[in-house]
Amino acid sequence: MGLDFLSSILFATVVAGTPLIIVAVGELVTEKAGVLNLGAEGIMCVGAVAAFAVAYHTHSPILGILAGMVAGMAMSLLFGISALTLMANQVASGLALSIFGVGFSAFVGKPYESVALASVPLVPIPLLHKIPVLGPALFNQQGLVYFSWVLLGAVAWFLYRTKAGLILRAVGESPVSAHSIGYGVVRIRYQAVLFGGAMAGIGGAFMSVFYTPMWVEGMVAGRGWIALSLVVFATWRPLRVMIGAYLFGGCMIMQMFVQGSGAKVTIPAQFLSALPYVATILVLVLISRNRGTIRLNSPASLGQTFLPDA
Amino acid sequence: MTNQTPETPRLAIKGIRKVYPSVVANDGIDLTVMPGEIHAVLGENGAGKSTLMKVIYGVIRPDEGEILWEGQAVTVPNPAQARALGIGMVFQHFSLFETLTVVQNVALALPGDFDLPALAKRIEEVSERYGLPVDPRRLVHALSVGERQRVEIIRCLLQNPRLLILDEPTSVLTPQAVRKLFETLRKLASEGVSILYISHKLDEIQELCHRATVLRGGRVTGTCIPSQETPKTMARMMIGEDLPACSHGEPGAEGELRLELISLDHPTDDPFGTQLRNICLQVRSGEIVGIAGVSGNGQQELLRAISGEEAVRDHHAVRVCGQDVGHLNPARRRTLGMCFVPEERLGRGAVPRLTLTENALLTAHRKGMLSGGLIRFKVAQRFAEDCIARFDVKCGGAGSEAKSLSGGNLQKFIVGREIMQDPKLLVLAQPTWGVDVGAASFIRRSLLELRSSGTAILVISEELEELFEICDRMVVIAKGTLSPSTATSETDVEEIGMWMSGMWPGAAEQDGAPHVA
Repeated sequence: MGLDFLSSILFATVVAGTPLIIVAVGELVTEKAGVLNLGAEGIMCVGAVAAFAVAYHTHSPILGILAGMVAGMAMSLLFGISALTLMANQVASGLALSIFGVGFSAFVGKPYESVALASVPLVPIPLLHKIPVLGPALFNQQGLVYFSWVLLGAVAWFLYRTKAGLILRAVGESPVSAHSIGYGVVRIRYQAVLFGGAMAGIGGAFMSVFYTPMWVEGMVAGRGWIALSLVVFATWRPLRVMIGAYLFGGCMIMQMFVQGSGAKVTIPAQFLSALPYVATILVLVLISRNRGTIRLNSPASLGQTFLPDA
Repeated sequence: MTNQTPETPRLAIKGIRKVYPSVVANDGIDLTVMPGEIHAVLGENGAGKSTLMKVIYGVIRPDEGEILWEGQAVTVPNPAQARALGIGMVFQHFSLFETLTVVQNVALALPGDFDLPALAKRIEEVSERYGLPVDPRRLVHALSVGERQRVEIIRCLLQNPRLLILDEPTSVLTPQAVRKLFETLRKLASEGVSILYISHKLDEIQELCHRATVLRGGRVTGTCIPSQETPKTMARMMIGEDLPACSHGEPGAEGELRLELISLDHPTDDPFGTQLRNICLQVRSGEIVGIAGVSGNGQQELLRAISGEEAVRDHHAVRVCGQDVGHLNPARRRTLGMCFVPEERLGRGAVPRLTLTENALLTAHRKGMLSGGLIRFKVAQRFAEDCIARFDVKCGGAGSEAKSLSGGNLQKFIVGREIMQDPKLLVLAQPTWGVDVGAASFIRRSLLELRSSGTAILVISEELEELFEICDRMVVIAKGTLSPSTATSETDVEEIGMWMSGMWPGAAEQDGAPHVA
């Protein structure tokens, strides 16, 4: 009983952390190119409703994910046009996108509020899922959980081992210098923004098609914002993003368990609900407070509009 | 390129014109550079040198004019195209990425495979061949300015350029490092590389360059062979008139102590900063003390500790006019009679979007501009207008925004604002950085006058010539420690240059090399 319980807590933690990893890794790439896209929450909402609608009509979760991804890219394209081509303020553009996305998804999603999807079956990994405790928790999971791991590794490899990744970081560090040695700053930033949008869309799709297979207005519940702060508090390092995401997921599950256990807790429920947010930020701030690592990893031009010389 | 003869210029530009909304930066400029020639482009700030180089390197597009590369008309739409032609450029403000390593920085500028170990080897080869030592594995932010410049040059050399453009390359180097750079450049020229050398330092151009083109106000005012000219004749071509000489009176009797640093230790929490160690310094009324040194050796930190932007732990380590001020903020230190001209004009010395009157108010409000917490705008405006008139600031009046002024004029205004507060102690950082020769000489004369009226003045500068011109005593900062002080009349550029490398008599053994070039 004890071990099974541990295993199921672990399982739920990983599931709860997965959308955060996917969205935060996308945002990490965007921010490494020097673009601050605060629209993640809105993109997730639109991705979620698009994925739900397509999965509902086609009965295919895969097509649902693809729809979420495409919707996310479309949303981030709006952001790109505003912030990169028209050189509007990035913070304002991103905030506007978030507000728009939350409202728009609620509007489009109205007809789907009363319907449910079939749960998507888990994908066990041969042999590994038989490991006691860890097997059922980690290796008999949703497909997107494995995707988030691969994504994390691939992005870390891309950023730190490939020339394209080096160029992306260089653009985020000093767009003026990158321009002066001949790189298309705006083009590279567009690519990064679109990637970030695609990942936020998939993160949204995970919420509506896999995590709780239904659509309810407000179901994203600030996860886009948490993903954004994960990136910052993890000092733009992929591994720390994962730690933060699972920490958040773990706290979320624990507080739900405590609230649902009927134990005589004298702590108000609102406090418990706020706990994951507070704990995650606190821990990440503490492990990342070294100024040296912040300076070395934070993109120096983050949020600044790039204006090439005429 | 088959019709190339030794007489074909490597680069010939004709009638280049570039107009910005408020100014004609280049107005019909012609220039030719032969293979293997070191060609100087000489001119004051704002003469159009940088614009011209950016046109050649493809960073900006000219409105008119043509560029002939080895006899063929070309257009250079972007820097990548310029590099493909064989043009390399070393920028005045480096285009390096601080959080990346040397080899990563170089890889970004080179086409082809992404093989960092092999590239590191090539960097080592080139650095050995041309005497440009640098470790390819180090992070750029940890390098001294001189080392960064080497990285820029190596990055250019790896692309086998046939024309190398250097924009004010020696402004950040010690005299010894300048000599090494010149050796490298001569070696490159002897191998047939053409070099465009932008500078306003006449003695360097005489020593190094084969020919010179002089610009003033966006036009070519002459070409000459520097070795057949004197600095005076070239200066006349450059600024259109003779420079007034600064007269430097004898130091008076020993004045009272106005600034005292007593064993100042100041750790930094900036990972790219320098820790100050055991700094001792005295500045007395009626003297100008200069602090020389290569940038990045603790000047920033020292300035912040003196100005009060950062409080120091030991209250007694900083004394202004006989009072311990280590714990006081800048406003309270100013109340004691200290005035301060920071290095950055826009953002520290003045607020870009505020008018000159409002900027005057920011530090000079002690001159009766406040009354019961309210601003007396008339007084402030009169002060700003006085300052504009007295210091010959060219602007649209006291109501114009600070950012609308050229660098030199804004600097004259900021220095004037501080001088007009009759400071007991004036601390200046890079007082003439980026200021044209005429304005710089004016600022120096003003400082000398102020000194004669009994103010204690501390100048932190990377321009050795300037320090030698105005200072009574000099000290050198290297790696966060200060050399002993020496009378300017008893030392020379050679000795101060040695000291800038951290090698002064009695210098303690330091861990690792200081930040020198």
